[in-house]
Amino acid sequence: MAMASLRKCASPLVLFGRRLFTPEVNALCLYHKKVVDHYENPRNVGSLNKNAKNVGTGLVGAPACGDVMKLQIEVDENGKIVDAKFKTFGCGSAIASSSLATEWVKGKSIDEALKIKNTDIAKELCLPPVKLHCSMLAEDAIKAALSDYRLKQQDKKEEDMTAAESC
Amino acid sequence: MLKVTAGSDVAVSGRSVITAARGSAYETKTSRSVALLIRLRTVRLPVTASAAPGASLCFSVVLCVPGGLPGQTGSRFSGFLSVFSGSQRRCLPRAGAPRAACSGRWSGFMCGWEPRREPPHPANPRDAVEAGELRPLYMDFQATTPMDPRVLDAMLPYQVNFYGNPHSRTHAYGWESEGAMERARKQQVADLIAADPREIIFTSGATESNNMAIKGVARFYRAKKRHVITTQTEHKCVLDSCRVLEAEGFDVTYLPVQKNGLVDLELLERSIRPDTSLVSVMAVNNEIGVKQPIKEIGRLCRSKGVFFHTDAAQAVGKIPLNVTASNIDLMSISGHKIYGPKGVGALYVRRRPRVRLEPLQNGGGQERGLRSGTVPTPLAVGLGAACLIAQQEMQYDHHRVSMLANRLVQKIMLELPDVVMNGDPEQRYPGCVNLSFAYVEGESLLMALKDVALSSGSACTSASLEPSYVLRAIGADEDLAHSSIRFGIGRFTTEEEVDYTAEKCIQQVTRLREMSPLWEMVQEGINLKSINWTQH
Repeated sequence: MAMASLRKCASPLVLFGRRLFTPEVNALCLYHKKVVDHYENPRNVGSLNKNAKNVGTGLVGAPACGDVMKLQIEVDENGKIVDAKFKTFGCGSAIASSSLATEWVKGKSIDEALKIKNTDIAKELCLPPVKLHCSMLAEDAIKAALSDYRLKQQDKKEEDMTAAESC
Repeated sequence: MLKVTAGSDVAVSGRSVITAARGSAYETKTSRSVALLIRLRTVRLPVTASAAPGASLCFSVVLCVPGGLPGQTGSRFSGFLSVFSGSQRRCLPRAGAPRAACSGRWSGFMCGWEPRREPPHPANPRDAVEAGELRPLYMDFQATTPMDPRVLDAMLPYQVNFYGNPHSRTHAYGWESEGAMERARKQQVADLIAADPREIIFTSGATESNNMAIKGVARFYRAKKRHVITTQTEHKCVLDSCRVLEAEGFDVTYLPVQKNGLVDLELLERSIRPDTSLVSVMAVNNEIGVKQPIKEIGRLCRSKGVFFHTDAAQAVGKIPLNVTASNIDLMSISGHKIYGPKGVGALYVRRRPRVRLEPLQNGGGQERGLRSGTVPTPLAVGLGAACLIAQQEMQYDHHRVSMLANRLVQKIMLELPDVVMNGDPEQRYPGCVNLSFAYVEGESLLMALKDVALSSGSACTSASLEPSYVLRAIGADEDLAHSSIRFGIGRFTTEEEVDYTAEKCIQQVTRLREMSPLWEMVQEGINLKSINWTQH
């Protein structure tokens, strides 16, 4: 169906030259294949139960800046991240960065996840300089999720302690 | 309707253009389907029956590249350029030459095409585009427009045959080029806006026209008048010219606009000072499509004795403009926004009462000394042809574009909640639709709509991280400014394209909203404005 409408629209428009040089296509051409892949087939989109004690939620960015990332991690008793989910309001690079971030944190321990740097994400996705802030936000999202988890664990420990004392 | 009957064969003497084809008989359904055969020598040609009637956009343009220099017996260019719609592409050989021998300068270029087979849809759109297989639907008519083939037909003789410099006074080459240029100036450009042909200056585009108008007028009257007024939603070239004037010591007032994008007339009246030389307000905004009250502003400026300049690049040929009725003193026209060639434009400069301006480009004194430099005859002829066609088809195009725009907007708004149209819903040019899809970022939506060529006011599409200044000026929320998409509909847009765009848009916005944390929060009933966001 796309082909039919494309051919129809090709009638007066596509007369001379086979190349399309609109800014949109140039922007698309600047996107690396990996970014497009993560964008088309994002991994781990969704939500975990944010009230669960072993789930850490990181929400970073601002709508006014055009980038908001929510990253959630589920950690088991051994301190290993078993599941991660993300949701992003942002451009293709932001979606790809957060998708990659969830892929990378899965199976890592908390300390290992803290070591993930925005430069690694940017290098993996071949982000151009103008999009580096997306990878920085992804790193912030990971850190925010981990610190939220740690806070929850601390609260849990205090609760257990007060519960133990009151007994 | 153009009816071309079989057997009508018009011989050409000298260098005239004919519009009948021998051996072909077909009726076109719309007034916009034209078949032209241009011959520049007395050569009779067999023309095979051409394109299918009935298709709403079907037309065929058959061009003959003319023969060589005087004195040469044979034709230097022995091939014909043949362009057909859809997948019918045939090359018509010169009379007497064997069919297959479509030789000549153009042979490698156009002749010998085969109908395209349907290519498999590749995974990466970039590969597909580079392979030349997949091209998006064009819905960005505010950025530029494809050249109308009739304009190309008008221009081509002046590229290769009538190539004289129009300012050469001493020989026929100059005279014929000058004639064409003046014809374009008079019949076409001037008539479109009800101006005198002596008031039209050909330039290289609306940017140059804007620069000339603003800087030229301000500098000429700088002795007594040091104030210029413009709006915050103007095109960058106007704003940047004003910035240069500020650096030269002028005072510039950038008027804010209301929420609907329109200028407040009372505020404008209050801003006009005794030392104001120029007010510049664009007729139709290129981002949100809003139509400013040009007549009222013109009347106000005339009553105060201030020159009124309007950047009508998006308005000329699309809405009726009359420089006398609207009291416009200067107007910028752009070629490539009205299905004309790129690289040409015009500036209308009123003669009565006379508007003086300091030229930006000095030289041989062409164009009344206001814009020196050889006027590019083919481009001027192209602009003239584009204006003529626009004048003839304005009503039809406007009606059609409104219908398509309404169709698009209604389809989208019916299916999707939380969609905002930026700009006044009534005072607008219908072909420019700017919609903000809440909770979805503009650039990601553009990426999702990869087989439609669109534009966005989002930051990510610009070099900086700032969203469009026009959307900010109309007071759009920052996050909505990041979520805006501009749909441009024009003369060649079809209903199927609009339907496809609308459906794809609905699909992709739904998908992206599923991926959006903001949408999730809103569904849970959280007020986004109450959240303390982490800033970088």
